[in-house]
Amino acid sequence: MTRALLHIDFAGPHVSLQDGGRPGHMRFGVPASGPMDRLAFAAANLSLGNPADQAGIEVSASGLSLTCREGTVTLAIAGGGFIVQTGGQRLGSWIVLTLAEGDRLTLRPGPWGSWAYLAFAARIDAPPWLGSLSTHAASGMGGGAIVSGQNLVLSGAETRPGRHGPIPCPVMARPRHRLRCVPGPQDRFFAADVMQDLAKTVFQVSEAYDRMGTRLKGAALPPLNALGIPSEPILRGSVQVSGDGVPTVLMADHQTTGGYPKIATVLGCDLDAFAQCRPRDRVGFVPVTPDEALRIARAEHRRAQAYLAALASAGPGKPKAAAG
Amino acid sequence: MPAPEPDPATPVFRPVAERGLLVDFAASFSDAAHQAVLRLDRALGDHPFPGLAETIPALVNLLVVFDPLVTDHVKVRAHLQRLLARTEAPPAPGRLHRIDVCYDGDDLAPDLTQVARQTGLSTEAVIERHLSATYEVRLYGFAPGYAYLGGVPPDLRLDRKPAPVRGVPAGSVMIAGPQCLVTTLTMPSGWWVIGRSPAQILTGDPGRPFLFDVGDRLRFHRVPRSALPGLGGGAAR
Repeated sequence: MTRALLHIDFAGPHVSLQDGGRPGHMRFGVPASGPMDRLAFAAANLSLGNPADQAGIEVSASGLSLTCREGTVTLAIAGGGFIVQTGGQRLGSWIVLTLAEGDRLTLRPGPWGSWAYLAFAARIDAPPWLGSLSTHAASGMGGGAIVSGQNLVLSGAETRPGRHGPIPCPVMARPRHRLRCVPGPQDRFFAADVMQDLAKTVFQVSEAYDRMGTRLKGAALPPLNALGIPSEPILRGSVQVSGDGVPTVLMADHQTTGGYPKIATVLGCDLDAFAQCRPRDRVGFVPVTPDEALRIARAEHRRAQAYLAALASAGPGKPKAAAG
Repeated sequence: MPAPEPDPATPVFRPVAERGLLVDFAASFSDAAHQAVLRLDRALGDHPFPGLAETIPALVNLLVVFDPLVTDHVKVRAHLQRLLARTEAPPAPGRLHRIDVCYDGDDLAPDLTQVARQTGLSTEAVIERHLSATYEVRLYGFAPGYAYLGGVPPDLRLDRKPAPVRGVPAGSVMIAGPQCLVTTLTMPSGWWVIGRSPAQILTGDPGRPFLFDVGDRLRFHRVPRSALPGLGGGAAR
């Protein structure tokens, strides 16, 4: 049986379909989107024997509950420390399991983390946009938000019992509170003492966070006469400061250009674990030079790849239907 | 900290984290700076370097994004300087588009009367002036397909509304300051909505998913309500 049907019993806000994202369209106002925590998302897919970027569900801290109404499918859960339950039984929060018809799966926020991922040994039937199922939250373009009452059709559903079991959660997947960043590109709009404050201040993650960005609380970082700056390009990780001095770290669904000055840009390798912080968590910025940023990015990439490669090869069971 | 002021002949390179260089051609908007952005963007399109990920042209600067596993800021900067040093003819102007717009009715053009009142013109004079200009796509931003058009005639330039209005429909033709925009999504906006366009800026065509590239020019063409089949402008989904 290759089809499976999942009924979404409950999905809170900000639960959506995501895949590896749609890079390359920023010049047209389209950010790459994709998972808030790309490492955990890849871990879920690779633990199943999937390609790292196969479409899955991104679960927000509001949680998700679904019932398998038809078919059988193996799935992987990774990201954050969510409470995962099926059949009245509490499971580890990073795990590969199989859902059969009638089984219910629930994810609720647990001891830590803001985003969890469900990857499937199946394809999700949804319309791509610009070659990707990733959902751009503000527009709804892409595979789309996951909402209560919806049915999700899976094609080519497989069971992979050889992949069952816990997925190791490495330290690098835990929330990151020290964000390495390169000052600029609009640091010239901030006084020298404000640039020092950026490195010294302990900020707090505010309640204002979503897929576009995370606003921080703490000392104000007032810009100097920056009201007239022409709109400039933005990257995921840009630390944008509004006129009242409040910094926002821009994330997966960021706007691609904007007129607020960017005091610093967080390294890509620190953003996944930063996304797992929760409101009131303390965070600080660690300025590094562009050369240091390159060395850090390359070293972190090697570490992540070693972890992911081990996951991909760990399961004794390769996809069973793929052979036949 | 004395910082050199960039100008189109001597741009300033600003590193962006581990994966970008922002090439800054001016501190404030000028046609010369924007032309320099477009020239470098096209030169990179013709002569990419190994590890080039994408480029984002804006008003006075170009963001060059690269793969930090393949290259680095120093190599990218050297490549860009080689491209900038070439004395090439200015790029051919971008494609010229004709974009239909209907200015009729309070539902399609809810702010036309207010724009007329604030500019001291008749509504027909507002429409005539809006139609008289050639606009240039200066950059995209805010949301997918939101192409900011420069070239609004001086006597139509108004500050944006004090507070944004919710639910401005896709396809709205709106102005604020020197800029005009045809929206692709239903979003809040504080700009003045003076018409509705059936143009599909998000084309739905995988071969050319966006109607304009930065640097393209366009002129508006007045059409009656009957030319607005789906009252669209947004995604063909």
